[in-house]
Amino acid sequence: MLKIEGLFKQFGGFVAIDDVSFELLEGEKHAIIGPNGAGKTTFFNLVTGHLLPDRGSVAFQGEDITGRPPHRIVKLGLARSFQRINIYPRMSVFENVQVALIARERQELRFFRLAAGLCGPETNELLELVGLDEEADELAGELAYGKQKQLELAIALAENPRVLLLDEPTAGMSPSETEEAIRLIREIADARGLTLLFTEHDMTVVFGIADRITVLHHGEIIASGAPEAVRSDPVVRQVYLGEEEAANGAA
Amino acid sequence: MTGRMTRPVLAACLTVLVLLALVPLLESNYLIDLFNEIMIYALFALSLNVIIGYSGNVSFGHAAYFAIGGYTMAILLTTYEWPLLPAFAAAVAFSFACSAVVAYFCTRLTDIYFAMLTLAFSMLVWGVAFKWRLMTGGDDGFVGVDVPAFIAERVPFYYFSLVVIATAVAVLWVICHSAFGRALLAVRENPVRAGFVGINTRLMRWWAFVVAGTFAGIAGALFAMVHRGMYTESAFWPESATVLIMTLLGGMYSFFGPAIGAASLFLLERLTNEYTEYWPLVLGTILLAILMFLPEGLAGLAQAVRRQILRGR
Repeated sequence: MLKIEGLFKQFGGFVAIDDVSFELLEGEKHAIIGPNGAGKTTFFNLVTGHLLPDRGSVAFQGEDITGRPPHRIVKLGLARSFQRINIYPRMSVFENVQVALIARERQELRFFRLAAGLCGPETNELLELVGLDEEADELAGELAYGKQKQLELAIALAENPRVLLLDEPTAGMSPSETEEAIRLIREIADARGLTLLFTEHDMTVVFGIADRITVLHHGEIIASGAPEAVRSDPVVRQVYLGEEEAANGAA
Repeated sequence: MTGRMTRPVLAACLTVLVLLALVPLLESNYLIDLFNEIMIYALFALSLNVIIGYSGNVSFGHAAYFAIGGYTMAILLTTYEWPLLPAFAAAVAFSFACSAVVAYFCTRLTDIYFAMLTLAFSMLVWGVAFKWRLMTGGDDGFVGVDVPAFIAERVPFYYFSLVVIATAVAVLWVICHSAFGRALLAVRENPVRAGFVGINTRLMRWWAFVVAGTFAGIAGALFAMVHRGMYTESAFWPESATVLIMTLLGGMYSFFGPAIGAASLFLLERLTNEYTEYWPLVLGTILLAILMFLPEGLAGLAQAVRRQILRGR
């Protein structure tokens, strides 16, 4: 589905992604984990065209997409959500999702087609799916944090992607919101047959969703495989889970 | 700026249109000229707001396209004796073409760099108007525009102007509330996200610039006719600043805000001049007050008051 070879990116002298090769298989729910600063978000930005890699290639369904701008990559069916809230704050919840549909249907240069009601049924369907149908007319910027995250998900889903990249979909959520979000993501991915690639901090989320896990550390892949195998991998335990335990111990 | 044209808004528009149509009945040349000028600047400010309010960029050089429309109209009607319709069409087409070229360069940049480049291009246009004496009359201005006989009188011209402007505003309204307008708002709100839902943000900003320049050209063409002349002041940067102030005063987050701003500024200026010669001082104070207390302008204030009343019920 997604094949990445020899990806390399540095900022100044700092190597953020160091020669990463990786393959995402169709239908899998793949988590990328790693301590803070491991390069997870940079990796996403490289794959989705937000950043240009210094070396290496990204291929989506056999097509080389390295260096293409995001708006072209997304049209191929590779959508993403963001770790930090990334919505249109001064537009209504409805409009936030509607715009993504307008773009998907390539209507954004229709100057004389009124937007009111455009793609209405599908917009409402998506809002209902993520549980935002009652907030449709509210300003997106005034929503509660957890709901903005759901909106973010609805925007990404509106592009009708085949592969969905979620950057820390539950970051900043309360435990109950997190639980709800996991349930939702799993449900949607199964219902739509989505291939999922997500980064996550919260191990309950990771083990609750993923059927394969890749561990990133200092921009390198140090392990990849089934959740149980990764969990028991000694290098991972030392590098990643160990740091987590140390942090927990300190706290 | 959301959704469809609500019934109260439509009613308000029709009322304003009827009132404007009744102005000549007052038989005051002063008022007819004043309202004609207000209408022209309202269209000018509304056009600028496509760049500011809808695409989220500030232009410091919007007068350029007003002047291009105006000079083209003046020169074609007078020097080349073209009939009205072809001259008007050419003036609009030339504004379109010029803004298309400038937009190509300006939309490569954002923020202050975008603003400065629009200013630079407008100074270029001013330079041409100033130096090309043979064609534009230079700093003496282009004096004595030949306006076709059937609209040469004050009242017929007023109605001509009203019809053209009302049509232009209606078309602009549709464009701003179209699928294009909605996508443009997304670009303003969050260009990164807009890119990630598949919108080519630079192309959208290019179109916003071109739409704005074209409609400014229409306003400029009417300006040249109503004044029977075109002057370099219309291309100079303070003119760009004036229309920017109108837009901010009226409110950039509302479609009709800039038109309200244009009317308010004109009326305020006339009123102030009755009592004092210190209009710039008053203008400065107004500007300060908007920036400090009314960042969304008069239209934003009206909306806030309406929300308060609705909440109180």
